Amino acid sequence: MSVDLDSRPRLAPGCRMNEKTQQPRTLLMPERALRLNGPSLEIVERCDGKHTVRQIVAELQQLYSKAEPTKVEQDILGYLALLQKERALDFEPAGT
Amino acid sequence: MNEMPSNPLALIAELTHRCPLHCVYCSNPLELQDRNTELSFEDWSRVFQEAAALGVLQADFTGGEPLTRPDILDLIRAARAVGLYVNLITSGLPLDESRLDALVQAGLDHFQLSFQGAREEIAQEISGTKAHSQKLRVLEWLKRHRLAVTLNFVIHRRNIEQLPEMLALAESSSASRVEFANVQYYGWAFANRDSLLPTREQLTQSIDFLKKAQERLAGKIKVEYVVPDYYAKYPKPCMGGWGRKLMLITPNGDALPCHAARIIPGLTFENVKNHSLREIWECSDAFQKFRGEAWMQEPCKTCDRRALDFGGCRCQAFLLASDAAATDPVCSLAPQRSKVDAILNEINFAEAGTAAPSTAPIPAQHLTKPAWLYRPNPS
Repeated sequence: MSVDLDSRPRLAPGCRMNEKTQQPRTLLMPERALRLNGPSLEIVERCDGKHTVRQIVAELQQLYSKAEPTKVEQDILGYLALLQKERALDFEPAGT
Repeated sequence: MNEMPSNPLALIAELTHRCPLHCVYCSNPLELQDRNTELSFEDWSRVFQEAAALGVLQADFTGGEPLTRPDILDLIRAARAVGLYVNLITSGLPLDESRLDALVQAGLDHFQLSFQGAREEIAQEISGTKAHSQKLRVLEWLKRHRLAVTLNFVIHRRNIEQLPEMLALAESSSASRVEFANVQYYGWAFANRDSLLPTREQLTQSIDFLKKAQERLAGKIKVEYVVPDYYAKYPKPCMGGWGRKLMLITPNGDALPCHAARIIPGLTFENVKNHSLREIWECSDAFQKFRGEAWMQEPCKTCDRRALDFGGCRCQAFLLASDAAATDPVCSLAPQRSKVDAILNEINFAEAGTAAPSTAPIPAQHLTKPAWLYRPNPS
């Protein structure tokens, strides 16, 4: 599985964040819950079917400008692949 | 003294024991609770609030058949309103298209549809009901909704050969997950064990098949497989450890650490009508009993794996070794493992006997339909 930089990830059916008032912020999905904080929260909040992977990478590189940009990209692609394996994400293909 | 527990993550809500199916491996206790003892909507609603306040994230609506509750839509809304993620574990039987629409509208997050096989014939034999074609209809209706769907296949000796057909059914559906869970032996399944336990050869083949399926479907369908404890080298961390992650509420409001806990002698269970969930979770004798490690015997007590599996399953220890504090006898390190091996030998030897020379009598139970003990429907 490799992530296409021009695809637009969004949370799969039955996967959602808990409410903003609930702490810690958590991604709820079938039989699992992932605690989100810092970068993981920033990534998941952008998996809205509008941002492309490329845009998510660019925005996080800005947000974490002290980190090595290629490292940020690698980490994001790794995290998205993990969420895809968990069936927490669908990817709208490029150009749709 | 026992450690202070972390908060539970999931609440298993057995909304009712009533069920149109009579499955021979039902996880409900042998003594089923009647309708007139069931908690009211107001009771459940308060339980959901207390659960959310305690840190619970998910509510598993199960039964019996949860859809036999006429107030199921209100129950889903109440759980969602306090922020819980709502799973429905159902036979799909008391359901039509408009009721499914209503469940989704009410805020259902995850629909788990149970299957007894890939074909009507075996499904009917196992559940004592004609239900399979209705399940296929439900699968079609589900395609029109944006909802997480899991297919739950319960696996045993008489349907394990149908795995490829079961997987094909999952692939033709909108499911993002499929569970192939071998029967575990408690309650009704324990009573029917000799007709359900697969052979070693069947199990090995099924593991090979499903490993390949997991690789092929990665990123499309999550394929989960649970092997029968009896064939495992080490026990499972039952319920993620006693009183560590899960709380089960029975239809009448008793709070249990697991489905089968009632079989353990000497445990008393508090009821949600008399105590808050927090009190029960933190203080009740039943939840304290096997928390931490103080209760452990050797070899668990000094075993490196004790923080991984917590000594295995207390109910299985009681069923197989007559001692709920013993090492789970399915563990290869357990002093009582020979009891499990004897059960496995009998199954595997009897099956091998069917291919033996004609002088060896074929055990009658392998030629005819087993004398199943079916789960009744409580009044």
